[in-house]
Amino acid sequence: MLERTGVPVKEQLDRVQPPPGHEGPMAVIECFQEIPCNPCSEACTRGAIASFTDINNPPVLIREKCNGCGNCMFRCPGLAIFVIDESYSDTETLVKIPYEYLPLPEEGTPVTALDREGKPVGLARVIKVQQGKAMDRTAIIWLAVPKGLGMTVRSIQVGR
Amino acid sequence: MTETEILVIGGGPAGLRAAAAAGELGAQVLVIEEMDWLGGQLVKQTHKFFGSKEQYASRRGIDIARILAGELENHDRVTVWTGAPVLGIYEDGMVTAQKDNRHVKIKPQRIIVATGAAEKVLPFPNNDLPGVYGAGAVQTLMNLHGVLPGRRVLMVGAGNIGLIVSYQLLQAGVEVAAVIEGAAHIGGYLVHAAKIRRAGVPILTRHTIKEAQGREVVEGAVIQQLDENWQPVPGTEQQLEVDVICLAVGLTPLADLLWQAGCEMRFIPELGGHVPYRNRLLETTRPGIYVAGDVAGVEEASAAMVEGRLAGLAAARSLGYGGPEAEAYLEDALRQLHALRSGPAGEKIRRGLEKLETMEGVPC
Amino acid sequence: MRISEHPIVQFNKGTKVKFTFDGRELEGYEGEPIAAALHAAGVRILGHSPRYHRPRGFYCAIGNCSSCLMVVDGEPNVRVCVEKLRAGMKVETQQGKGVIR
Repeated sequence: MLERTGVPVKEQLDRVQPPPGHEGPMAVIECFQEIPCNPCSEACTRGAIASFTDINNPPVLIREKCNGCGNCMFRCPGLAIFVIDESYSDTETLVKIPYEYLPLPEEGTPVTALDREGKPVGLARVIKVQQGKAMDRTAIIWLAVPKGLGMTVRSIQVGR
Repeated sequence: MTETEILVIGGGPAGLRAAAAAGELGAQVLVIEEMDWLGGQLVKQTHKFFGSKEQYASRRGIDIARILAGELENHDRVTVWTGAPVLGIYEDGMVTAQKDNRHVKIKPQRIIVATGAAEKVLPFPNNDLPGVYGAGAVQTLMNLHGVLPGRRVLMVGAGNIGLIVSYQLLQAGVEVAAVIEGAAHIGGYLVHAAKIRRAGVPILTRHTIKEAQGREVVEGAVIQQLDENWQPVPGTEQQLEVDVICLAVGLTPLADLLWQAGCEMRFIPELGGHVPYRNRLLETTRPGIYVAGDVAGVEEASAAMVEGRLAGLAAARSLGYGGPEAEAYLEDALRQLHALRSGPAGEKIRRGLEKLETMEGVPC
Repeated sequence: MRISEHPIVQFNKGTKVKFTFDGRELEGYEGEPIAAALHAAGVRILGHSPRYHRPRGFYCAIGNCSSCLMVVDGEPNVRVCVEKLRAGMKVETQQGKGVIR
């Protein structure tokens, strides 16, 4: 259970994953605790994260409005928002993760994909390393992972 | 002797916001800070902050420190002294401090004490060995001075500080062997916990440290499971090879000046220890002395900033500054504080404040 | 051990200076706390406790806890976690409570 392990459980994740057959990228907000925080909602220019009536509410994604742009990812102080695109290709799913470690991976290279417990679950291909002033030193790594691992891969190990 | 309308003691998030707010209403303010820099503990908080825009959420603590210090530059009525520890608050209202290696006297009309908090320790054999460091100390060494605390760390405490410092250790390239937590649940924000879990760091709840190992410095640690009654479970000992044991077991208000000033204090564990009794506008039982931030009860920096603003506004208003708008500002600050504390994450604080209001707890 | 690269912070260290620790010459950066320079040079034991002679390192690193008292340029009980390093400083481990000369 999340409160004991720091790892969300299946029932929680089922609620936030994109609906089956969804075309295109979509945010997956893995923020399950009531804490006083609301920047994600303000980050979204499309209004896809509902405005908070109480700052302690967990965020609610309005799926129809989300285009998976990832603007909320680097504004989330908890680094708890990911973007996944199951329709990326026939064999791969696109997973975007926030990343604040060095060295950054190199685009085009394979890296070890890690799950929510830091366990290796396979190889991921680095599609893009997104950085920018507005992102304020939180990089977003675009990963192509084997189909079926979109809701599993949440970090990477670079080198070593 | 220096005269000032409002003296703010402490240049951390609470003190800086207090000074800016009082200055905004027109009061003349002197901020006096012990360290050479402004921002208090914000200067080592490399992570993005929670909260809302009003408390600079999404900005990194290190940058919030710069923003808050910058806000004071716009106020020509606000003077700042750094590298100047306050030594005492006396019966006649006089305050003494050390400045440029001289003993100086300050005569303020109002005082806002925003001295923050200090790290607690935990009793266990060998807890005095070099290598047993406060979590905040590790942050200072690492994030302010660029020096690594060691190679492999055991983090004791899974509150926000334990989780955040573990993450920052990983960012600096230090291995974190484990985070242990005596309680059954992780105390800090679970998104912080998730960040270090996906980096491969185990979080062991219901675990404590049995002893630090090493003759002259830390060479290892023995951890042990706790049962539901917080008693060690025999046979569950695990030895960890670590060269640093980091204690993130809570903070306690740095209230020495309040004691000396004769403010009525209460022991409220939920607020971190001895805290001053005060009214809703943060004025203590000694008229003219206000408090804000961790010295008033240990909380998040976001709450400290709002408390600072509240105390600054209240102190300036008591001197006759500010028109009807000051009333609205005060109400807004109170609303922000209420919002920050109203969720489950604020439950402990609410309980502590309620005890304080009802004068429960041991009078001192 | 110093951090060579960091994803968030850039460390703008000042001038490198020499100082001595119990007679041994070490290097650090001017203006950083003496304790930081010592730690970076691998020195973790800053002194021994007066009564039981237990080794002492720093604990709070912000001048609150008095765990890091050393003799600096002959002056005892200096909190080296906040005292700034200057070129040529003579830093010594303190035994006992220190003697004011």
